[in-house]
Amino acid sequence: MNVPKDGRPRTEGAAHAARPARISAVNDFVVKFANVNGSGSASANELFARSILRMGVPVSPRNIFPSNIQGLPTWYEVRVTEQGHLGRRGGVDLMVAMNPQTWDRDLKEIEPGGYLLYDSTRPTPPSRLRDDITVLPVPLTEIAAAKFADPKERQLLKNIMYVGVLAATLGIEPEVIAQLLGEQYKGKDRLVKPNLDAFMTGLHYGREHFEDATHLRIARSDKVGDRIFVEGNAATALGCVYGGATVCAWYPITPSTSVAEAFQKYCAKYRVDAATGRNRYAVVQAEDELASIGMVIGAGWNGARAFTATSGPGVSLMTEFIGLAYFAEVPAVIINVQRGGPSTGMPTRTQQSDLLACAYASHGDTKHVLLFPEDPHECFEFAAAALDLAERLQTPVFLMTDLDIGMNHRLCRPFKWDDSRRYDRGKVMDTATLESGADFGRYLDVDGDGIPYRTLPGSHATRGAYFTRGSTKDAYARYSEVGTDYVYNMERLLRKFDTARALVPQPIIGRAQGKAAAGVIYYGSTSPAMAEALALLRAQDVQLDHLRVRAFPFPESVADFIARHETVFVVEQNRDAQLRTLLVNELGIDPARLVPVLHYDGTPITARFIVNAVAERMQARNVRALKPGMAA
Amino acid sequence: MTYLAKPRLHHPDLPTNTLGYTRRDYEGKISTLCAGCGHDSISAAIIQACWELSIEPHRVAKLSGIGCSSKTPDYFLGNSHGFNSVHGRMPSVMTGANLANRDLIYLGVSGDGDSASIGLGQFAHLIRRGVNMTYICENNGVYGLTKGQFSATADRGSKSKRGAVNRDAPIDMVSLALQLGITYVARSFSGDKDQLVPLIKGALSHRGAALLDVISPCVAFNNHAGSTKSYDYVREHNDAVNRLDFMPRREGIVASYEPGEVIEITQHDGSRLRLRKLTDGFDPGDALAAITHIHQHHARGEIVTGLLYVDPSADDLHEHLNTVPTPLNRLTESDLCPGSAALERLNADLA
Repeated sequence: MNVPKDGRPRTEGAAHAARPARISAVNDFVVKFANVNGSGSASANELFARSILRMGVPVSPRNIFPSNIQGLPTWYEVRVTEQGHLGRRGGVDLMVAMNPQTWDRDLKEIEPGGYLLYDSTRPTPPSRLRDDITVLPVPLTEIAAAKFADPKERQLLKNIMYVGVLAATLGIEPEVIAQLLGEQYKGKDRLVKPNLDAFMTGLHYGREHFEDATHLRIARSDKVGDRIFVEGNAATALGCVYGGATVCAWYPITPSTSVAEAFQKYCAKYRVDAATGRNRYAVVQAEDELASIGMVIGAGWNGARAFTATSGPGVSLMTEFIGLAYFAEVPAVIINVQRGGPSTGMPTRTQQSDLLACAYASHGDTKHVLLFPEDPHECFEFAAAALDLAERLQTPVFLMTDLDIGMNHRLCRPFKWDDSRRYDRGKVMDTATLESGADFGRYLDVDGDGIPYRTLPGSHATRGAYFTRGSTKDAYARYSEVGTDYVYNMERLLRKFDTARALVPQPIIGRAQGKAAAGVIYYGSTSPAMAEALALLRAQDVQLDHLRVRAFPFPESVADFIARHETVFVVEQNRDAQLRTLLVNELGIDPARLVPVLHYDGTPITARFIVNAVAERMQARNVRALKPGMAA
Repeated sequence: MTYLAKPRLHHPDLPTNTLGYTRRDYEGKISTLCAGCGHDSISAAIIQACWELSIEPHRVAKLSGIGCSSKTPDYFLGNSHGFNSVHGRMPSVMTGANLANRDLIYLGVSGDGDSASIGLGQFAHLIRRGVNMTYICENNGVYGLTKGQFSATADRGSKSKRGAVNRDAPIDMVSLALQLGITYVARSFSGDKDQLVPLIKGALSHRGAALLDVISPCVAFNNHAGSTKSYDYVREHNDAVNRLDFMPRREGIVASYEPGEVIEITQHDGSRLRLRKLTDGFDPGDALAAITHIHQHHARGEIVTGLLYVDPSADDLHEHLNTVPTPLNRLTESDLCPGSAALERLNADLA
């Protein structure tokens, strides 16, 4: 194969008659950037994604990054999706290959008929290219060297240059890029010019050489609406600010670190007393996760709303303390941004594999409340809700997000807050009530809902003091080794867990138009891929009822849903079907009726995967054969 | 631990403090520790100190870890909230509690196993953060509840009850704390109430982290010949550098270092520490010299006691974090929630 010196793309000739046609699509394709981390590609790639969004076309970008600071491969994948499918699609239509280390695998990933943009400064032998794709060679290094004097600038602006080439060939409006650069470097005008220069250089090169090279186009649309574009971790942090958290104790761990950092950032913006400059919050970077959960429990015991943000290994370390908070009944919010486990696992990849570890965290008989947000909008809502639930239920509450939601920008509904909303501080017996002579038994089930009253330290000179401990006690918090005292509390804790069913976010249920062949249950970050999969299946006339679980313990509607279907697919991003185990275990469901669909290689689940898996299993069960080829 | 509350009846002529409370009002449940346990003497000293300081009992939060010493908060200040947390992790619970409400007085009680073995990490970070609290390490060199294993403070060469000799080097809580930036540190002996009570009062009045390492013999497992934490050994080898007289805040008296036999130090709250020197040239304002002094004497088998270092101008974690004076647990929606208008502006920025 021949790449002409002028950089013009190959033309299709007789010798390539068998070549597939060039992929042709408007506002519906996948561009992937293969970079070396630490090379400054992130801001250029994000600029690309945002420019498409500004043209009214939904995008769904994903960072696929290494556990490393400099020198290792990193990818940024942008799904352009007029229809608003925000899950990962799989496959790549246009690859921007900037990393020689991953050249071979990057090339392999391009769909037949797809496109490759690469730095052609150093000649690449044809044997290293593919016959069935269109190549856009750009001598980026050469141009950058000629244009920019500073070596660091050359490296950074090379990235902006390829955005210019892409804009030319895809039809991104240069005015949009100029506007975004202006916003990004607001107040740092001297940075705008070199960036804009680099972009225009790329744009001119692209217009000159690749005007019609690709059949991929961005066309202005109006499908973004009032949606916001935000990372889940930032949304979670904001939810903690709005939900009234005052103490955040944390230990750095990917992919949760940006929760605490965003909390600090939002607090600096919203929680500094204007008159005195003093902070209405405290953030402590603890020495480890044992200390961070200990601080959260200490603060919760003393009446402040407190949370920690962590990931799998952190939860493992916290389990003893979580058992204490469960048994001594202390509010605590634990944000678990899940990553690939076990052990260090895949720290920069996504999974939903901590359900069991969190649901039953700690030794002895324990059960914990888990919330499963689907996107940043729900991260915000559920973070605030978790702070209410923890105080209402006097127990640890887990917010189970994951890397896919937490560390990627996602289009979602705008945040909402009702100013008349009051925090639910739960059952706290205050000074006046104690003064009136009310009987205070710290673990007394006064209301029959399993939730006792508590007092805060310092409330009353002579009444309401009690001793909090992780050992057995009676209803008045007195140490006891009597079996009936122990059983009383353990049964009451079950009653309390039962109360939680009605308080947690209820499932979202969708019914098939006709008679459903089966049901499907899913949760969390699987949501966008599932919505797309359901649409694909409907297009093939496969009707599924669907239920999105949003919390554990499961409300009754979950059991009802399963009861109505002979077969229910349970779609998850872990190996061991952990939600299914919880459903079987907690609802007494016949395991044979719950068919696991499991995706756990660390990449976000795709609609294609779900459709394939469902099709395969339906065929195996002889329910209905799908048309071949539809589930690509 | 016990169910048993002490009878509330007491002699009508018991002396009362400025709040009108008798010492009995600072007591807790009946101790379940062994007769003669050093820890019970420390509990008595805590009761005495709090009574003398006229602290409102409910303004104190008592926290502990796990072990014999950590059981004791149930045996004093029965009108205070207590928190018996997990083994070695009281410091983090203490830190969180303190962040939530800076207005209470925080008292942590722990042992040498809880603090120096399983909890050494959390102990260190509590000190270096300068959490405003008093930490009493009831140090007996053994694990009592599990019947006599060595702890990390046991001296090299010290013999166990069963005759085993400890070969590991000891951790000295005081030197360690000094290295970590403690701002009030003392060592004392549970058998010397006259020394201990003023040291507790000074610690409770100190702003910042205060540590009392109190040698507190275990009568059941570490009170025999050959042990360096027995009553007899500590009495024979106790080398006090000074005697503290604690004087509460009084107007009009300016503190100053006086030459000669007495050093007077004014703390942040106005209370004064008057130190009568017992060792020539020992300066409780010199942390490095204190470490050297402790180690020189330890090498000779001597236990240095007294107020070993104090920085009266210390600040605390809340100052480092620049938090508002109102306790965080008292802030309400109007203080904490930015509201819907701010959220709409944020939504616009994120579009």
